[in-house]
Amino acid sequence: MSKPRSQTVMAKGQEGASAAPILDIRNLKVRLPGGGDRRYAVDDISLTVHAREIVCIVGESGSGKSVTSSAVMGLLPKGILTLESGQILVGGRDITDAGLEELQALRGNRMAMIFQEPMTALNPLMRVGDQIAEVFEFHAKKMDRDAIAYRVLALLADVRLPSPETLRNAYPHQLSGGQRQRVMIAMALAMEPGLIIADEPTTALDVTSQAQVLRLLNELRGRHDNGVLFITHDFDVVAEIADRVVVMQSGRIVEQGTAAEVLNHPCHPYTQRLLAARPRGDFRAAALPPAKVPVLEVQNLALRFETKSVFKSKRRSVDALSGVSLKLERGETLGIVGESGSGKTTLGRCLARFAAPTSGKILLEGEPISAFQGGDARGYCKRVQMVFQDPFRSFNPRRTVGHTLAEGPMNFGADKRHVNARMLELLDLVSMDPSALNRFPHEFSGGQRQRLSIARALMMEPEILIADEAVSALDVSIQAQILDLFESIREHLGVSMILITHDLRVAARLCHRIAVMQRGKVVEIGTARDVFLRPSTDYTRELIASIPGEAAAGPASVMAIHSYGAEAQVLA
Amino acid sequence: MPSSSLPSPSLAAPPSRFRLAANAVLKDPVMLGSVLLLLLLVAITVSAPLLTQHDPGALTPRARLKPSSELYWLGTDSLGRDLLSRVLYGGRLSITLAALVSAISVAAGLLIGLAAGDVRRLDAPVMRLMDGIMAIPGLLLAVAMVALGGANIVTMVAAISVPEIPRIARLVRSVVLSVREEPYVEASIGSGTPALKVLWRHIMPSTINPLVVQATFVCAAAILTEAVLGFLGLGFPPEIPSLGSIIAEGRPFFQRAPWIVLYPGVFLALLILAVNMFGDALRDRLDPRLSRQSKG
Repeated sequence: MSKPRSQTVMAKGQEGASAAPILDIRNLKVRLPGGGDRRYAVDDISLTVHAREIVCIVGESGSGKSVTSSAVMGLLPKGILTLESGQILVGGRDITDAGLEELQALRGNRMAMIFQEPMTALNPLMRVGDQIAEVFEFHAKKMDRDAIAYRVLALLADVRLPSPETLRNAYPHQLSGGQRQRVMIAMALAMEPGLIIADEPTTALDVTSQAQVLRLLNELRGRHDNGVLFITHDFDVVAEIADRVVVMQSGRIVEQGTAAEVLNHPCHPYTQRLLAARPRGDFRAAALPPAKVPVLEVQNLALRFETKSVFKSKRRSVDALSGVSLKLERGETLGIVGESGSGKTTLGRCLARFAAPTSGKILLEGEPISAFQGGDARGYCKRVQMVFQDPFRSFNPRRTVGHTLAEGPMNFGADKRHVNARMLELLDLVSMDPSALNRFPHEFSGGQRQRLSIARALMMEPEILIADEAVSALDVSIQAQILDLFESIREHLGVSMILITHDLRVAARLCHRIAVMQRGKVVEIGTARDVFLRPSTDYTRELIASIPGEAAAGPASVMAIHSYGAEAQVLA
Repeated sequence: MPSSSLPSPSLAAPPSRFRLAANAVLKDPVMLGSVLLLLLLVAITVSAPLLTQHDPGALTPRARLKPSSELYWLGTDSLGRDLLSRVLYGGRLSITLAALVSAISVAAGLLIGLAAGDVRRLDAPVMRLMDGIMAIPGLLLAVAMVALGGANIVTMVAAISVPEIPRIARLVRSVVLSVREEPYVEASIGSGTPALKVLWRHIMPSTINPLVVQATFVCAAAILTEAVLGFLGLGFPPEIPSLGSIIAEGRPFFQRAPWIVLYPGVFLALLILAVNMFGDALRDRLDPRLSRQSKG
């Protein structure tokens, strides 16, 4: 089944010399099951990837970019998506008619895949070193254990993981997201495959880990001679890493060319639109003068999670928040930015009273919210509303949108006619059709659902709107629309907003002021322009430097390289 | 991306449950077969007075241990009572009892499970109590309760229901614990919905699917437990025919008149088979993790 290693290497040497493409997709058509809005998931696409080249497929969700990568790996879901016609040549061999055994031999050996979610792609019960070793056990049966162990260490060092000797004995949950993704890359590189397919490999990562993974992929192709087919929805990532760009829309390639051509002179209107929709730090909101009493004030807020145990020595605690103080002025939008684990979501949940702080005060117009008890607690709900991250799960799938929207005001005894009128008014504000009221949540797209969940929050006529990563699950063009919507809501209704996001660009686009959080503390707070252009802490500088596509613009990009070492402490 | 082209079954709730149910029954042969068999068994027990003129308790000393004939379709037992009418009336009792037991244990289990899942302070004490009940073998508990309370319908139903309640409570509690973390539940709490309303409107509906499936298994278990109690002589008094007691009374005459054990045994087996198959088919339909496969 598997070829001796020397042969594989030789074959690859020849490929490199003859400059034939490593991956050559010709007129690929993948059929969707009947009844959909279009017949083909992938409609007649052709593209090539050469050795040492990074080709980015970019497009919004539903554009067929992931289906393309699954087709190459032979992983199309059986009976749902069928490869109708076309050729996929991997190293000159057409794999569209390859049998299962041949595909298994090819996977890992000649082509390998890196997935979006490194936590679920790794086996949680196996040490990462063993998982990498497993690749050799399948594909290079002749290698002895010492040789495999040696290769595993070399690979872990190759993907710049700190102290490979200790790290290979770690389980996936002991690693950070970025480290897990590097383990995935090490697995992918194990058999020196000619082609690496990376399906949104950095989407689930923080901006700093993302910058490191991108740099790593960029570096490795020089050393391992592999081509990379990189799938992403983010044009900034494309700008960072791509040699050539393929833009897909509804299963078709609308534009193809070198990165410089496509990014600087997009021909197709779709590409132009996507590029224009990118959130840019354009600082649309100038800071407001502080009023006497801020609408919301947080004083020294702390929240400590503690594990329960009878023995004191066994109790472990995490400070999700410690000593957080900030103010929100009336009509202001405050951005809270930080990486995952920085406590920004916990802060939002405390403000919406979904979590109870261990100590500290939250004042709503000078009144401590701990005073809102019993019936008053519901009064507080009415004044502070939350928009959730996941528009799919924040609606009860069993109830119509109308029921869900009306629920809040009806709880406070509003009369039905008034509620109906307000629903229609708000649907108009969020540009949705009135017929939405009688439909169920699953009938809407993600962006539509997010509009509806904003409408639901506004139904309560709140003074403060807390948006927790409200746009991070959305495509760029939808994201831009929702941000515009937030902006117009702020202007029309004068609501104060707290925008929790990991994306500095989103915050800079919408917020008057930005607070940067790290490990439960606010490390920097200031006007959007100041935080972005004149950051006062190293951490903020690092965050800004890690924004993909900004490297050319800012001189700070060198900063992030030092953070490789910083991750070692996660293991300790 | 494939995630957007494929429906995600756990989120897309069917708008019309009944139409889907009808569709499912007609399309799935196991479901259709078990439903038909179940309906048939229920129909013949309900119409027992029409199918047979014999009183199940009427003794006919001259016609003892007779094999099946035109007068006695399934033959007679050791006291000359018509076996057909005894089996039908016994089956009637079993089915009524099973329905009562599953209704009562589902209702009680649902209440206890909702309370334990939703009220943090109740969780530990209530669930430890349930664990305690589960630690006692169900049949033993039933025997003890019947021995204490006497063999009437109230104690019988209670004796068979009590061991089932903890199982259902645990099931409900686990669903509540996962659903209450859903953003839509939080969103509802966030818009000021009172806790009981949230529980009723947003949390309880998710427990219905697994509960319906569990109820069928409770049904089968109840039929069997009642038969076992009857067989052990702890069931209803001898003048009320039950499948278990018919089999027990026929046992000494098994060599001479095997039909006394055979027919009620077959009836019992068919009834439990139908209920269990229906439950299995229902679970395959309703369990979101399995429904993706059955759709393909």
